[in-house]
Amino acid sequence: MTDAATLKNVLTRDPADLLRRWVTHQLDALEARRDLLRDDVLEAQSREFLQLMTQAVASGDLDRVQHAEAWAPVRELLTSLSRTRATQGFTPSETALFVFSLRQPLFNALRQHGLAGDALVEAMGVIADLIDRLGLFTTEVYQGGREELIARQQQDMLELSTPVVKLWNGILALPMIGTLDSARTQVVMETLLTRIVETGADVAIIDITGVPTVDTLVAQHLIKTVTAARLMGADCIISGIRPQIAQTIVHLGVELGDVITKATLADAFAIALKRRGLAVGTARAPRS
Amino acid sequence: MERIPILKMGDCLLVTIQVEMHDRIAMALQDDLTDKISKLGVRGVLIDISALEIVDSFIGRMLANIASMARVLDANVVVTGMQPAVAITLVELGLSLAGVRTALNVERGMALLRAMNPSLVEDLDDVDELDDVER
Repeated sequence: MTDAATLKNVLTRDPADLLRRWVTHQLDALEARRDLLRDDVLEAQSREFLQLMTQAVASGDLDRVQHAEAWAPVRELLTSLSRTRATQGFTPSETALFVFSLRQPLFNALRQHGLAGDALVEAMGVIADLIDRLGLFTTEVYQGGREELIARQQQDMLELSTPVVKLWNGILALPMIGTLDSARTQVVMETLLTRIVETGADVAIIDITGVPTVDTLVAQHLIKTVTAARLMGADCIISGIRPQIAQTIVHLGVELGDVITKATLADAFAIALKRRGLAVGTARAPRS
Repeated sequence: MERIPILKMGDCLLVTIQVEMHDRIAMALQDDLTDKISKLGVRGVLIDISALEIVDSFIGRMLANIASMARVLDANVVVTGMQPAVAITLVELGLSLAGVRTALNVERGMALLRAMNPSLVEDLDDVDELDDVER
């Protein structure tokens, strides 16, 4: 009898009993997580998994679980299951437990199947291998889900931390928060230049109050942004330079060229208004 | 061969690049523009590159060179309408077009040229004003 046929017999001999044992096993192991997982949902998932697995085993291909066409539905189920569990806050081991907890019930079923000696050991090895592969696949997908989440959050942060705000007609401000690296400079530059085209601004204020450190690289990125804006016909003012940063800039010998720098955003805004021939004054009290 | 038209408007030249810049077109533009500046004795040159979507290092350098040459011939140069992508490319290539004035669009470029060189005459109103001053 082939490995696949043995396994198929084990799976189909008493599916209800196998399912019951498996679900009990899982519920025992996931005692602490009962609040996140409803018993009936778990049972439905487990039943579906057993059905799909039985079909896949029937194809006879037990070695290429991660690629074979016959295992695609099983993989799909595991993928959606580990994605859901990853977002629900399950740990990797709790997620992988779904598959690994099937090992014991399968071994039990195998013993009742009437195999003995070398044949039993061999069949157990086959089952253990299969369960391991499925378990690894689940863990991989779980990890992938987490990584996607992290990447998305990074992207969100990148976009959140680089808003371009319009202060006045023709005056844009770019409050920078966080460290400036090459990737962020690229995003900042693109958003700033696009906004310059959209709003027809001719002054842009880059506020670096929220930039923790300015080294030669950051300064170079700043100068690049300023130069790019200048090529589009907009003048840049750098504001929010803290005393500590002013010292660093001079100590490092960073040359900011002819870029206008101001200590506060307010000063920079005043200059920008002046450039456009505007002034801020006190409004006269309305006559009653 | 395809050439980029150079239009004379009052005391300045207007160059609008509407075609994809090939190396040879850029070379031809360099010759034509320097020729016209010295022949016509204009004081201002406006180069509009709003239709230019892609630049390579050669075209970038040609732009910088053309602008520098015009300045050597004592004409103010304003480059207008640069696309964000072009600006980023030029910066990454290390071409900051130092000494060249820039403006967002042709209208502002013209205003800038006029501000740089008050004797530039753009329309009849300006002519009248100029006459009054001279009288």
